[in-house]
Amino acid sequence: MDRRAFLIGCSLAASPLVTPVSFAAAPGDGRLVVVILRGAMDGLDILQPYGDPVLAGLRPSFEIGPAAGNPDLDGFHALHRSLAPLTSWWTGGDLAFAQAVSTPYRGKRSHFDGQDLLEAGTPGLLPLSQRDGWLNRLVGVVPGAHGRTAFAIGRENMKILRGEAAHSRWAPDARLELSAATADLLRHVYHDDSLFRRSAQEALILSAEDPGSADLKPHEALFDFAATQLRADARIAALSIGGWDTHQSQAARIRQPLERLATGLAALRQGLGPYWDRTAVLAVTEFGRTVRENGTKGTDHGTGGTLLLAGGAIRGGRVLGAYPGLAESDLLDGRDVMPMRDVRAYAAWAMAGLFGLGRYELETTVFPGLEMGEDPNVLA
Amino acid sequence: MHSALAAIRFGTGLSPRIPAPDGPGDVIAQLEGPDRALEAFPALAWSEAAAEARDWSRLRRARRDGPAEREAYTQHNRHIAERNANEVGDIIARGAVTDQPFRERLAWFWADHFTVTPGRGYLRASVPSYQAELRPHLSGRFADLLEAAVTHPAMVIYLDQSRSVGPNSQKARNRYGGLNENLAREVLELHTLGVGAGYKQADVTELAELLTGLTVNRDGSPAFNPKAAEPGPETVLGRTYGGDPAAPDDLRAVLRDLARHPDTAWHLSGKLARHFVSDRPDRGLVDAMAAKWLATDGDLRAVYSAMLDHPAAWSERLEKVRRPVEYLTAAFRALDVPVPRGRRLTNAILRGPLNLMGQSLPGAPAPDGWPEEAEAWITPQALAARIEWSMRAPVRMQSQPQPRDVLQTALGPLASGRTRFAVEAAETAEAAIGLVLASPEFQRR
Repeated sequence: MDRRAFLIGCSLAASPLVTPVSFAAAPGDGRLVVVILRGAMDGLDILQPYGDPVLAGLRPSFEIGPAAGNPDLDGFHALHRSLAPLTSWWTGGDLAFAQAVSTPYRGKRSHFDGQDLLEAGTPGLLPLSQRDGWLNRLVGVVPGAHGRTAFAIGRENMKILRGEAAHSRWAPDARLELSAATADLLRHVYHDDSLFRRSAQEALILSAEDPGSADLKPHEALFDFAATQLRADARIAALSIGGWDTHQSQAARIRQPLERLATGLAALRQGLGPYWDRTAVLAVTEFGRTVRENGTKGTDHGTGGTLLLAGGAIRGGRVLGAYPGLAESDLLDGRDVMPMRDVRAYAAWAMAGLFGLGRYELETTVFPGLEMGEDPNVLA
Repeated sequence: MHSALAAIRFGTGLSPRIPAPDGPGDVIAQLEGPDRALEAFPALAWSEAAAEARDWSRLRRARRDGPAEREAYTQHNRHIAERNANEVGDIIARGAVTDQPFRERLAWFWADHFTVTPGRGYLRASVPSYQAELRPHLSGRFADLLEAAVTHPAMVIYLDQSRSVGPNSQKARNRYGGLNENLAREVLELHTLGVGAGYKQADVTELAELLTGLTVNRDGSPAFNPKAAEPGPETVLGRTYGGDPAAPDDLRAVLRDLARHPDTAWHLSGKLARHFVSDRPDRGLVDAMAAKWLATDGDLRAVYSAMLDHPAAWSERLEKVRRPVEYLTAAFRALDVPVPRGRRLTNAILRGPLNLMGQSLPGAPAPDGWPEEAEAWITPQALAARIEWSMRAPVRMQSQPQPRDVLQTALGPLASGRTRFAVEAAETAEAAIGLVLASPEFQRR
């Protein structure tokens, strides 16, 4: 194959724009939003098992349970008060949690490897050149999926969508305004460089589309842009919220990311309108944090964490998964929440229902090597 | 061609005024002599930045006492905002005008390797000062650079070391505080061995105990507090350090051993090769660098020479994409226009566009620094920002050179036939210059 033919081949495989969008090709009606909580969210602070008397002793300086103003959920768990606006979602069946979840990542507790594995969705980390993301592999098996089915949103590098399957990337604050003649010359200059050619072509098309609503904070604009795309051709969206690495003064530092999560989800729900009912949101983090507070009123890197599920498609008002307990003998390595279930199993069951996928595809392609186990009935 | 490659791959780009280096020897020679870019655009010392941060806190507390106090606080804020804007300009200006561009690239590389993200308190407005204080160590022994970075008050504050207390220290016995393992983990995972190396959680914890005592004084200067230090000995990677009482030299010893560890040699040789040469570097290149690292106990100049002397470093394929800071710097260097000063222009021409391109100055948002891969930078949204900048910023800076001259100075022998055609066919001079700066061969190196 000569170089030119090779490049054309690449562009066909990878360009999100060559597949014509049509009704017949639309991949069903279910919608999946994955929010990556970068920095390791402390699950025990978000969904506080205050009914376990051990918790308060492990975290003497933390404000725990309904007595400290955190909304009670089920008589055992309380919701961190910065998520209080979501309490009505819980009672309305649009919010659930899975406790004591983890990826297969163990041992070194590195944010960066932890996030890479979370986004790769594989049992272990492959060499860099072979890594792709599980949402990208999902796009590959969703019937009728095309280049606008999945969106990575924001300026961060979303490795969860990296891979061969065509997908779209955009940040709602981006613009590219060129005269038609200059745009043509730019395409000419980029013709032989597939990375530049593909990115520029997508930028030219997306920047010609409607700008989102004004008056939104930047993180709300991300969720609102996701809603706009999900109302149209998109069925899968990925974005992230950082700020969860609370080694010090956790009470003060966790407030902002939690408020961003709550208001972002509200912007998504608002933007989706009637499509909210067909939507499932999974907010996932690379790992949990130590059960004991550290010497600086924070928590260090741990293992078992918490998954937040939201959306009209979710069977909410429930905490999924077994409670591992926090007594010394219940902990992993004497310091971390013992993981009770692979977080990928919940995601797999959600995708099975949303996109009509079979167990075989999910356990071999999307999450190779995963045992999905019993159906936790994630969806309503 | 060789000389153009030296200028873009191991420098900050081609310039109409400053000749491109003639080969590896010329590049290495840039590490000799005084740090001329820093002399031309000096940085505030950390101690001075810390003093300004203290002033800020004092003025802030007093701001409700009366109109004069409020005015003093407002003035101080204005001063710091102006200084911060100019510090961003200085980082780019050093690279744009220097005749030691390899040194500038190394300053960026190591500031990124030892990332400190701007934050609160002493980290509010002082990260450029920290970064400048690493510059004397760019081409000496890695052990010295490592010690300078890890024990710098900026790093000690950033990775929560300042409040970490040994569990059996005097402070802990008085029930004050406990261990925080953040810095210890990043030293092993990011700064030295690399996450693929064979260290365990126990090594992290023991190193965290060795690091206790390392802290900062109330005025932001470095300090060792024996009352917070865990009495030794501690065992890291099978070797035992320290005793009772703990001493700062114990930490120096473990850092020296980590600096010359074979895993560190491999990790950092690979990282240098990935940064300068290719996202997927030639194995022989990394081998040669790591071998030199081990033979010289981490003499950085010798390791750079091993890279520059290897044929794989001179491949004519431009595999790397310039990061946004490198991209803007190369544009200023090629256009030969002054880098903007002052808050308003800096925000419009440097800071705003850099954020849209995905890289904010002075530092990355997390300790692992900025990504290397081309795909991480050339996303539709980030590329849109690069193209927008190339089409609009040169006009805004009232740079009105001839497009053909820009083609020649910015790209020289690297210009593709397609870009040459586009420059001739463009409908305006602004578009022609924009197309040169937006071309793949100007964004790659």
